Amino acid sequence: MSATDTSEPNRRDFLYVATGMAGAVGAAAVAWPFIDQMRPDASTLAASSIEVDVSSLTPGMSLTVKWRGKPVFIRNRTPEEIKAAQEVPMADLKDPVARNANISSDAQATDIDRTAGEGKENWLVMVGVCTHLGCVPLGQQGDFGGWFCPCHGSHYDTAGRIRKGPAPENLHIPNFQFISDTTIRVG
Amino acid sequence: MSGGHSTYSPKTGIGRWIDARMPLPRLVHDSFVSYPVPRNLNYAYTFGGILSIMLVAQILTGVVLAMHYANDTTLAFQSVEKIMRDVNSGWLLRYMHSNGASFFFIAVYIHIMRGLYYGSYKAPRELLWILGCIIYLLMMATGFMGYVLPWGQMSFWGATVITGFFTAIPLVGEWVQQLLLGGFAVDNPTLNRFFALHYLLPFMIAGVVVLHVWALHVTGQTNPTGIEVKSKTDTVAFTPYATIKDGFAMVVFLAVFAYFIFYIPNFLGHPDNYIQADSLKTPAHIVPEWYYLPFYAILRAITFNIGPIDSKLGGVLAMFGSIAVLFVVPWLDTSKVRSAVYRPWYKLFFWLFVINAIFLGWLGSRPAEGAYVIMSQLATLYYFAFFLVIMPVLGLIETPRRLPNSITEAVLEKNKSGSAHPAGATAAPETRG
Repeated sequence: MSATDTSEPNRRDFLYVATGMAGAVGAAAVAWPFIDQMRPDASTLAASSIEVDVSSLTPGMSLTVKWRGKPVFIRNRTPEEIKAAQEVPMADLKDPVARNANISSDAQATDIDRTAGEGKENWLVMVGVCTHLGCVPLGQQGDFGGWFCPCHGSHYDTAGRIRKGPAPENLHIPNFQFISDTTIRVG
Repeated sequence: MSGGHSTYSPKTGIGRWIDARMPLPRLVHDSFVSYPVPRNLNYAYTFGGILSIMLVAQILTGVVLAMHYANDTTLAFQSVEKIMRDVNSGWLLRYMHSNGASFFFIAVYIHIMRGLYYGSYKAPRELLWILGCIIYLLMMATGFMGYVLPWGQMSFWGATVITGFFTAIPLVGEWVQQLLLGGFAVDNPTLNRFFALHYLLPFMIAGVVVLHVWALHVTGQTNPTGIEVKSKTDTVAFTPYATIKDGFAMVVFLAVFAYFIFYIPNFLGHPDNYIQADSLKTPAHIVPEWYYLPFYAILRAITFNIGPIDSKLGGVLAMFGSIAVLFVVPWLDTSKVRSAVYRPWYKLFFWLFVINAIFLGWLGSRPAEGAYVIMSQLATLYYFAFFLVIMPVLGLIETPRRLPNSITEAVLEKNKSGSAHPAGATAAPETRG
């Protein structure tokens, strides 16, 4: 120790630090592939979209289709359900955001912004995954006549908006469009 | 080790040859034969040994089950049925493994309660306690991933709910969840990685168990009086005294275990897990394995937002917090007296805590609605109050009972008051407590 004691950092100090740094960067570089391999792989990520024929859905009927491993609810709502959802004051909503991937991310959760839009207010297309912990809610059940998640008791209204229970957000609306009057493309 | 210098002396030539090169027999002799244990240990202290054989049993049955199990979503469910019906003795091995997990947890809960009752976590045994908490966490992760493997409805939806916890983390939650699942929902990549980790974690548990036992043998065991060993008359040799007592407890424990395996093998399971996983249909009530129910009740008890924390994140934080709080127990308990035997108030609150924990477990199995929610909230409140309020405050205000001067004195005193014991037996170390 005494032989190498100098007030200034010397060449050996520099080599120690440089070696240590190279080792740390190398370890991080090696660690990354081990973490990276856990992310969804290419086949999972491959853009998937599905086309659904909804011509058989009369008002009051629903369809559940599978998209990206998750259920998607497509519902042709009855006039009563639409009316019930439209009459809800915005102040009663636990989550005021529309959660609709087709419109801007800060849009309000009004009934019209939760649906397929002007003229197609009866169509509701939602990812059927409870925003709490991922269960599939049951249709036309619960305190608000919409969806009810049996796992932890979240109640959604007839526009799929969270009204009661532990879920923090409205049911999410995926990218979708009507490619004809009777066909919806999800994704 | 605390037993002082080693008393091992190899008798054979080959024994001396090994001892001079790699003294493993000496380590075993000093740790499990001549090692001094307090003379007043009761049967609550036998669960450490029981846990070790349960770990070995789980690894053995698990390794052979893995030889017959198919790790693929299209095959997993059928391969488990094949183990039950076609593989020779497969039904027995699978029932041993699935009930073994439950009995592992029964033993660990008694072991933890023993620690809380006799103050085993107090200085100088804080690290011993923390290592135990780590083992418990690893056990929970292992048990959860193992339950996913049969690919039944509860496997699938349990995995969905539990990985859903991570979406509660702000900003990176979704990314972390996808990292765990390897996709957007529980699917084949999830099953593959869970199987790999389920095979790995028990060996990590075994590693931490070695550290746990090492720490135990540095500080020595606690005992029901909570008084440290002071003289040679306070202890007896590990073998035969502790070995035989542990052995007898194991026989009784395994007899109950065998009753479950042979007569009620599905009593602790859920019938929905004999239905193959369906990603479009959630069972009416998702219920985790019984040993997670108290924590599940705590998760569901938080139905309200707390300031900026929404109810979902709040529930997840409360659930993880209920386990995290165990890690700091050595510093929450302010009492100078170790054992509940001499703490009348702590004893009362401890038993209330046990009843409350069982009550939480029952609530976890109920649907999350109506009065159950309120009861869960009250029980959750007591769970946390026990650690965060009662432990620190009680240590400062409680008047403990008079402590005996030594373990020997405590044993002699106890036997004097019990007139059924002949006076001559009191000094003998094999006296039952």
